[in-house]
Amino acid sequence: MTPFTKHRGLALPLLRDNIDTDAIIPSREMRTVSRSGLAVGLFAPWRYLDPEARTPNPEFALNQSEYSGATILLAGDNFGCGSSREHAVWALMESGFRAVIAPSFATIFRNNALRNGLLTVALAQHDLDELVAWVSVAPARHTIQLDLEACTIESDPEREKKVFSVDPTARDMLLKGLDEIGLTEQLSDLVACFEDQDQARRPWVYLESN
Amino acid sequence: MRPAEFNGFAVGTTLFDKLWQEHEVTTLSGRQSLLYIDRIFLHERTGSVALNGLLEKQRSVRRREHAFCTMDHIVDTLPGRSDDTLMPSGRDFIVATRHAAQETGIQLFDIADADQGIVHVISPELGIALPGLSLICPDSHTCTLGGLGALAWGVGSTEAEHALATSTLRVTRPQTMRVSFAGLLGEGVSAKDLILFTIRELSASGGAGYAIEFAGPAIDALPVEARLTLCNMATELSAFTGLIAPDQKVLDYCADRRYAPEGELWDQAAQHWQSLRSDEGAAFDHEHSFDIGSLKPQLSWGTSPQHCVDWDDVIPDASDAPDASASAAWQRAQDYMGVTPGSQLSDYALDAAFIGSCTNSRLSDLQLAAAYLERTGHKVAKGVKALCVPGSGQVKRAAEAEGLDDIFCSAGFEWREPGCSMCFFAGGESFGKGVRVASTTNRNFEGRQGLGVRTHIGSPLTVVASACAGHLVAGTTT
Repeated sequence: MTPFTKHRGLALPLLRDNIDTDAIIPSREMRTVSRSGLAVGLFAPWRYLDPEARTPNPEFALNQSEYSGATILLAGDNFGCGSSREHAVWALMESGFRAVIAPSFATIFRNNALRNGLLTVALAQHDLDELVAWVSVAPARHTIQLDLEACTIESDPEREKKVFSVDPTARDMLLKGLDEIGLTEQLSDLVACFEDQDQARRPWVYLESN
Repeated sequence: MRPAEFNGFAVGTTLFDKLWQEHEVTTLSGRQSLLYIDRIFLHERTGSVALNGLLEKQRSVRRREHAFCTMDHIVDTLPGRSDDTLMPSGRDFIVATRHAAQETGIQLFDIADADQGIVHVISPELGIALPGLSLICPDSHTCTLGGLGALAWGVGSTEAEHALATSTLRVTRPQTMRVSFAGLLGEGVSAKDLILFTIRELSASGGAGYAIEFAGPAIDALPVEARLTLCNMATELSAFTGLIAPDQKVLDYCADRRYAPEGELWDQAAQHWQSLRSDEGAAFDHEHSFDIGSLKPQLSWGTSPQHCVDWDDVIPDASDAPDASASAAWQRAQDYMGVTPGSQLSDYALDAAFIGSCTNSRLSDLQLAAAYLERTGHKVAKGVKALCVPGSGQVKRAAEAEGLDDIFCSAGFEWREPGCSMCFFAGGESFGKGVRVASTTNRNFEGRQGLGVRTHIGSPLTVVASACAGHLVAGTTT
């Protein structure tokens, strides 16, 4: 996966609570058995007046020139709730987003993001409000820098950097861009040993191989 | 003197912690552990991507006898269906899934298989999900299986790939919550109403970061299928999963299922499952309790499962919302749904009704709705499109053996083949823009059932009664 260390970018506010993965990418936009080709479907229900004809909705921030090239999404509480579709993360990343900052995230979305190198930062509402206020003045000039090494967010130079907390394991994975399956495969002896003991304890779990 | 241990668990342990301990291969770092995954279930929507990912990287399924796959999300539910679907490109998903299942050697319940059906309906039905087993599926409603006392949760495709390749997952340990219900559900009030009420009380993010155990007299009294309905919607609380301690009812339900243990192994398993309950005095990180003796049928008015009211209550005013953000959300939801504050849901004419989905498509759901039709003699109101979609081949055959299909059809319902159907819109069938639907499904999100579709979620009894009344209304059982 793509490692995440430090990133400066233009931030786009989409301050609705409970933005679900059906809104991030509706099922009808997942047209191929693939992790790509999804960017055009990102926020399709809100971004297009007519999703079939792809008529852009000028009211929606993603369609406004001042937010063109946005790479950081500022969102409301419980971002990514609903369906487990990883396509929500793939659509965001294919559209250029590297991070989402919100008061909270739905667990499956956060896990999916982590496995693809999309940084999710849970930030207290008042800190998020400050970021939104700063960005909204002049989105192209008022960029935000996320430093995962230091766990800080830099915005208004007049103010102190905001510190965020992140699970140390997740941070390590993101910084190094680790392939989790490869890492776990190195623990295969432990897994085999667990199975030996477990099979004695819970023999009914182990089905005959087909 | 109390023993310090019972069946290997320290006294004072929660059900969730017991399940966690049983599956912990090793601790990794922080709150993360490597958990052993007993069963993996896939479907053609997201499982196809996981299997393809595995094949592309030339990895194999580590224990293919523990992995299963079904066709439910994309396959049509119209009679005479084939690999071709109303959803454009749906065929690609079906063919790719079949191919990948063959390549990896995992059991597929294909379109024509007698056991095909919605993943969370067939996994308990076939004994693939059992008490105490860890089970994952790239589908958020996997928490359904917590109703049997399984440790089951939804993941993304990449995590599913990890589980297929290694029989494990790296999981951050959630905190524990217990939601206790005192009192018993009244006549005509179901597990669906109970979970909608819980989401309304705790909010759509109220379970974030928690594994939730549902407990109390109301839960003990629930039949097994109703427990599956309840746990199904734990994900609508943003919870890691929902859980109910297995009891004798669950054991009776699981016995003699296709993949359930038999003979001596069954006895051993059944004995072990008795220990899978939270000990007296077990400490939870958070507890809630509700007295639900006077609970009324619930119906959603908005675009989040937390936007629910007692069916005969008024739709709230955005100015009464707890904060500015909620106020904006309520306003938006009311605009989308075409409802006004102060009105009642019964004021709104209905265009369609849907009975089905992993929440409410089991035999008991269909029996309840059919009993209403039979008892009242009511027909679907003129102009209302009504569908009943059984959750699996087994459910369909059992319902037909009882003549339920005749009851539904003569009342004006369409009787479909098993699958997820119109629970969500994938580009194929939809109700249409602005159409108002009473639905037994789990999500009333904007556009979930199609562009501009207005979804009101409720119990099977509420939906069947509404379909007949032509407007939203609660049903009665007597």
